[in-house]
Amino acid sequence: MNWAFFFEVLIGGLLAGVMYSLVALGFVLIYKASGVFNFAQGSMVFFAALTFVSLTERGMNLWVAMAVTLGVMVVLGIVIERVVLRPLVNQPPITLFMATIGLTFVLEGLSQIVWGSQPHGLELGIPDVPMEWLSKSANINISQFDLFAAGVSGVLVAVLAVFFQKTRIGRALRAVADDHQAALAVGIPLQHIWAIVWAVAGFVALVAGLMWGARNGVQYSLTFVALKALPVLILGGFESIPGAILGGLIIGASEKLAEVYIGPYFGGGIESWFAYVIALLFLLVRPEGLFGEKRIDRV
Amino acid sequence: MKRKNLAITLAALAAFVAGGAQAQNEQFIPANGYWVGPYAPGGSGFFGGIIDYFQMLNTRDGGIGGVKLTWEKCETEYNNARGVECYERSKKHPPTGASVIHPLSTGITYSLIEKATADKIPVISMGYGRTDAADGRVFPYIFPLITTYWSQNTAVIKFIGRKEGGMDKLKGKKIVNLYHDSAYGKETLPVLDVQAKKYGFEVTHIAVPHPGNEQQAQWLEIRRIKPDWVILRGWGVMNPTALKAAARAGYPRDKMVGEWWSGAEEDVIPAGDAAKGYIAAAFNLPGTSFPAMQDVVKYVYNKGKGDLDDKTRIGSIYHTRGVVAGIITAEAIRDAQAKYGKKPLTGEQVRWGIEHLNIDDKRLKELGAVGLMQALKVSCMDHEGGGAVKFLQWDGKKWNVITDWISSDQSIVRPMIEQSAAQYAKEKGITPRDCSKES
Amino acid sequence: MLYREAGQFKTTYAEDQQIFPIRQDRIAMALLLVVAFVVVPMIANQYWLAAILTPFLILALAALGLNILTGYAGQLSLGTAAFMAVGAFMTYNFVLRMPWLGIIPSLVLAGLCAAGVGIAFGLPSLRIKGFYLAVATLACQFFVLWVLQRVGWFSNHSTSGVITAQKIVILGYEFVSPASKYLFTLAVVAVMALAAKNLMRSQTGRAFMAVRDMDVAASVIGIRMMGTKLLAFGISSFYCGVAGALYAFCYLGTVEPEAFSLDLSFRVLFMIIIGGVGSILGSFLGAAFITLLPIILSVLSGAFSHVTGIEISYAVLSNFELIVFGGLIIFFLIVEPQGLARLWQITKEKLRLWPFPH
Repeated sequence: MNWAFFFEVLIGGLLAGVMYSLVALGFVLIYKASGVFNFAQGSMVFFAALTFVSLTERGMNLWVAMAVTLGVMVVLGIVIERVVLRPLVNQPPITLFMATIGLTFVLEGLSQIVWGSQPHGLELGIPDVPMEWLSKSANINISQFDLFAAGVSGVLVAVLAVFFQKTRIGRALRAVADDHQAALAVGIPLQHIWAIVWAVAGFVALVAGLMWGARNGVQYSLTFVALKALPVLILGGFESIPGAILGGLIIGASEKLAEVYIGPYFGGGIESWFAYVIALLFLLVRPEGLFGEKRIDRV
Repeated sequence: MKRKNLAITLAALAAFVAGGAQAQNEQFIPANGYWVGPYAPGGSGFFGGIIDYFQMLNTRDGGIGGVKLTWEKCETEYNNARGVECYERSKKHPPTGASVIHPLSTGITYSLIEKATADKIPVISMGYGRTDAADGRVFPYIFPLITTYWSQNTAVIKFIGRKEGGMDKLKGKKIVNLYHDSAYGKETLPVLDVQAKKYGFEVTHIAVPHPGNEQQAQWLEIRRIKPDWVILRGWGVMNPTALKAAARAGYPRDKMVGEWWSGAEEDVIPAGDAAKGYIAAAFNLPGTSFPAMQDVVKYVYNKGKGDLDDKTRIGSIYHTRGVVAGIITAEAIRDAQAKYGKKPLTGEQVRWGIEHLNIDDKRLKELGAVGLMQALKVSCMDHEGGGAVKFLQWDGKKWNVITDWISSDQSIVRPMIEQSAAQYAKEKGITPRDCSKES
Repeated sequence: MLYREAGQFKTTYAEDQQIFPIRQDRIAMALLLVVAFVVVPMIANQYWLAAILTPFLILALAALGLNILTGYAGQLSLGTAAFMAVGAFMTYNFVLRMPWLGIIPSLVLAGLCAAGVGIAFGLPSLRIKGFYLAVATLACQFFVLWVLQRVGWFSNHSTSGVITAQKIVILGYEFVSPASKYLFTLAVVAVMALAAKNLMRSQTGRAFMAVRDMDVAASVIGIRMMGTKLLAFGISSFYCGVAGALYAFCYLGTVEPEAFSLDLSFRVLFMIIIGGVGSILGSFLGAAFITLLPIILSVLSGAFSHVTGIEISYAVLSNFELIVFGGLIIFFLIVEPQGLARLWQITKEKLRLWPFPH
């Protein structure tokens, strides 16, 4: 057993998992606050990254572009709440889910009409190459960029935690998540809260889009990152932010270890389903996910 | 309101069922491609090239032999079902129906093989599609022109051998075949295995699940194998991701050889600096310096027409690939006109033209396509016709040609093609044509 | 007025329980069948038969299958395309390896194979519910396609993993022309739709619905949870499997496993949600909506630029079609969250009085 290599796979997997978590976070936020399984999160990632990169390519400063994109995402969140969600209040979850799929088409078409379908490169100034001292001393390749992405996710989770726990809006959000009707009864404006949640999810989409875009380039395929987030979601639970992070780490690490150590015996490519099977097995033990809310059935 | 919409819909459908505008002296060629979705850059570039070339012919020469070329776009989304629908929609288009089809998708090509053969419409799958269709005896209507995946693969191995200093130096070398886990990606597994046996190198096939936007595990495995070369057989986002992942794994990019669906500008630009030094195969060269491309710019873009929205893409790999496809299609029609007369031709007649294509160096010169593409000679036996590729290296800004035309090794490929085609013929109960009886 | 059932008296239980209790429905159904079986093949051209009606029927069958599972038994699934793939590949293998069997038994056997896979992947439904189950069925989607690609036996060791469907032959008659393929598909779909309609009126169907509406309550009144849920998965997968086989044999001809990608699963899911969850008619309406809409949009946009002469970049046009498609889905969900079948029901209720409102 080559331990250096094992640790490289493990650490690489954990860091890849962080990237999955970034996408999963967007899903969790919206599910937590409105019970909507937002399939359009992947398109939002694509939309945000494409807007950002197109603005910078037109000569805009990095930070200005980020601010403008954030503004666009907030507006988008508000519009979605107005046009799509508000008329669908009180519909079954599957209808809302379906509406977000419709939204996916709209967002994908819109972003390609506005910015074209050509792929773009995105450089954030952090080279995506292994750290030399580590590969020299221990023969372990860890990318600087992955560490940076992990740091960003950490900060993002911390900010979200503070936002949810300490601010007025955050408390209102949690109240809405617990019980829509009760929240309404104590005078929390449900619709504002939903708009805010979608705007925050837009922000998370922007961050995820930047990270994934810098990694693979900004192109239509960014929408596929949503598929990577789904097993993370069921493992971690749809309503839990720590669950999204922990689920990402577990999925990332086990998926990479399996592909490297088990995959070759089966002709490879097991990554495509392995994460789902882990999540599935896990669910058999705990049907509500790692940190999901326990469901009590009443008759 | 609803009723009005319905009325408009019905009117449009009626017009479309009845068959649209009345065309007389026109040759119709459908442009069933894709302009949305993950593969839009390939689809829009390629069909941009074909249409630009046809437009140029129409403007410069008034079509081919006085017959104007027309086309109609149909969105397939790179999806089999939509591709079949587009095919069915285009095949009865007046005046003669679809005369030749470029599906630009291996999957759609597969779905069209039987349908097109039954409808007598030739399918040109230039550089993709079903490799054993190169055996024209079994597949009379399918033309994997210029080079097939297998031919290209032997050229890649030849290139690697040349880099190593001779084919005998390949012995004991390790080559990784990193492929997209799909029909397209798997196509070259057997031909690589045969070559590995012949030259004594060791080949490891590593699959990348669709869409290929996460390849850490695969590259860790490559790092463990420490191969001398990596052959990249990707499509779409898999390509830039592979280049990025190679950089992360510290694998030298100039030891990576991509095949031609991994070697366009769109595949390397998203990878940024990570793509520098990467090598890819090509059967058409990029650039606007060729006289044929000059004409496209002069007669089409300078007149404010042109199919590409983004003018910076003129002369990019996908665009010139489309122009090459346009040249081949036009030449086939020209040949067929010489036999059947200067009038709109049916698919069956154009098929004859494709099967008798002979674009030699002299003709290439007349076409202004020397260097843009290679000479091509198709026959009833051989529906491929060329077989050679050049290799390009990306320097961070543009593709540079680093070899001359490297021919494929037909001594390996041809027997495999014939065997595979014979199996298909047996499975489907097809009696292969006797090529000596074809005129 | 047109749809008034006054005056139709039921004097026996059998009459009251028949499949279409109202006379107008019976007439409409008979007319519809006559049109579909006789009139359509006579008047429709090849394009309509081969590229629109046949895939519509096949996808309607798949949607029907999913509707049995999701609409009637309440189990959300995203693995439809995988079950279809099993059906397609197994039919190919049955015909290839046991040619004496004939196409219909091969179809049935392949459907049973799909049902087996469905039951195996339905096992988690005993513990998992809702979206968790939906995502869990994705495991099936990816795993099945992976196996079909990896194991050479399924594609008769074809190098690229592609299968070419054999000719459909019954009693020496070859189904080659689009019209014959359409009729073959139509016959299969009609029989299976009738079976589904009857099944949903039976004890099994009612058990499904009880599980859907409240599983705890259902088990309290003595419905066996395990058997019922697994049966739903089995029947649903059987339908999907047959649909997949038809998709390969009557529509695409040559298929690779990727033809049954997640996209297709989603498409079928769209169909039942747009058409109406828990409605046989809804499956057909939804399939019509989802298969026809993109084509109509694309034809309309072509006609639009043709008629007006405005030159719009085709990429913009294609993307605009996407936007309209997504927008219409949202629009229909807002207008009628219960699907097109519900709209039809409302129309029928209106028709009882119309055109004399008093």
